[in-house]
Amino acid sequence: MSQSAAVTNDLPEVIEEASFLRDTMRGFRKNRMAMVGLVFVCLLVFLAIFAPIISPHDPYRVALDEQLLPASTTYWLGTDNFGRDVLTRILYGARISLVVGTVPSLISLLIGTFMGILSGYMGGKTDFVIMRLADTMIAFPSLLLAMVVMYTLGANLFNIFIALALVGWAGVARVVRSQTLALKEKEFIEAARANGTSRVRIMFSHIFPNVTPTLIVLFSLSIPEAIMWESSLSFLGVGVQPPEASWGLLVAKGKEYLFQAPLVAIMPGVAILMTVLAFNFIGDGLRDALDPSMKD
Amino acid sequence: MANPSGNVLSVRELRTEFRGGRGNVRVLDDISFDVGRGRIVGLVGESGSGKSMTALSLMGLVPKPQGQVSAKSINLDGIELASISPDGLRQIRGRDMAMVFQEPMTSLNPVRKVWEQVGEPLRIHQGLGRRAIRDRVLEMFELVGIPEPKARLDAYPHQLSGGLRQRAMIAMGLICEPKLLIADEPTTALDVTTQAQILRLMQELRDRVGTSIIMITHDLGIIAEMCDEVNVMYAGQIVEQANVFDLFENPSHPYTRGLLASIPKSTESRIARRMPSIPGMVPNLARLPSGCRFRPRCTDAMAICQTREPAVTDLEKDHRARCWLHARQDAISQGEPL
Repeated sequence: MSQSAAVTNDLPEVIEEASFLRDTMRGFRKNRMAMVGLVFVCLLVFLAIFAPIISPHDPYRVALDEQLLPASTTYWLGTDNFGRDVLTRILYGARISLVVGTVPSLISLLIGTFMGILSGYMGGKTDFVIMRLADTMIAFPSLLLAMVVMYTLGANLFNIFIALALVGWAGVARVVRSQTLALKEKEFIEAARANGTSRVRIMFSHIFPNVTPTLIVLFSLSIPEAIMWESSLSFLGVGVQPPEASWGLLVAKGKEYLFQAPLVAIMPGVAILMTVLAFNFIGDGLRDALDPSMKD
Repeated sequence: MANPSGNVLSVRELRTEFRGGRGNVRVLDDISFDVGRGRIVGLVGESGSGKSMTALSLMGLVPKPQGQVSAKSINLDGIELASISPDGLRQIRGRDMAMVFQEPMTSLNPVRKVWEQVGEPLRIHQGLGRRAIRDRVLEMFELVGIPEPKARLDAYPHQLSGGLRQRAMIAMGLICEPKLLIADEPTTALDVTTQAQILRLMQELRDRVGTSIIMITHDLGIIAEMCDEVNVMYAGQIVEQANVFDLFENPSHPYTRGLLASIPKSTESRIARRMPSIPGMVPNLARLPSGCRFRPRCTDAMAICQTREPAVTDLEKDHRARCWLHARQDAISQGEPL
């Protein structure tokens, strides 16, 4: 690999090795907000992974004599109604919220991409059926749909994944389908057909790689959405169940003590806000960085 | 081998129709021609005359279900393509019959490495592994004269110039050693120098690999340079068929004469004479004129051209024209089709 790179550098026609990726990186680094978002997310992931080591308190230890304490040097953000450290709970909540942010996004991306490419490339009846299914999903109030799923299947983390994937795939499928429609008119697809390439192969080894930049952006933008969804579901009591801590749940439980100890509800809310913003900045940065190079 | 006539391809009465909102449009009508083994056969005509559509029809790449291809016979070296299943035809494409497209800039997938794409027919038709494919692609790159072929294997299409990309496309077309290569205006998008190189390359490859070539172009210069036989197309029909010498020495259809007359000649002063051209435009295929399709633009039109479609007339061996000027008297009276 490095050897071939050395050879190609001597040739005038070969512009630059892997310049697509390099251009994207350069464009992304120039975007200050995106970089701030990236640093924040990296920090958050680090804190979430090492939460047991970093946090000085046990997130589940009940201390009824230390209820709703204000911020102090021992409890940086105070304690909740069971005397548990709010900061510790937020750090542990980050673990669940980040997993809930990424896993369902990945699932809906996977399903949505498959359906979108199939729909766009095959056209006809396949297209009709998949798109009407997607329309139905989008037309249905998604919060209600997710709540129904959670009620029927039971409130646990795995079912949250299912509920969110069910809500999320249709949007991805639509975007991917429209891209596929544009791509399948390209000459290189016709050239592939002229080689005797099968339809399956055209869809997944010719069209799919061309859709990936879009998918990266969709992914980064759907993480904050999923975090919000999880928060909403937990807030409504059908998401993560106590004593587990997720940010939405912390806000929900803390709201009852909003006037005695405002930090209990507000700080998890701030965590949601900042994380969602950070991911959105990253998504915007990626979109801008990938866009001009996609125009060829 | 399988074909006693020595023809790699033999097309008889190929017709392609498109279904539209206002009825069917027949874009190809009664296309019949042969391609001899190791020969280069030209298809020449104006834009919209059906050259590219002929290629797509042969390859089975006409968009369905709007486009419908039918033929009495399309015989590719013993295989009858007129009645083959879509999947059977897919097996043939890229293996026995390959195509090189007009736009080298857009014919390669921008996000995949060149060698993977050029080697794809091998993966599809011969099921070779990565190592073997890579080696074979390297050989092909050397064959089509890509400089520094080893370094180019891992390049992405945008890292290659137009000429190199077209060489890569030709390598892709020839990698399974097909019996027939269809080149659809392979040099139109390239500058003149590169154009000459690519054409020379194709001739060399024909001599070395023995692949027959159908050359689609609107450039009579390329025809004269490259082809053994020529089919002149007009409004979805072949109007004249001849070997290249006969065609230029003795053009018989008024359309061919018009085409030859409109080649600019360097000996004449450009100011002294306006460049001759054929008046009028290619007719709308949905509303063809009565009788001969070329009649409205023809300088030699006669009364019969108004009313009856001309039949194909044999002028001499392997030289035919679809024109009343050359029809025998008995054919005119009977209006026999060929």
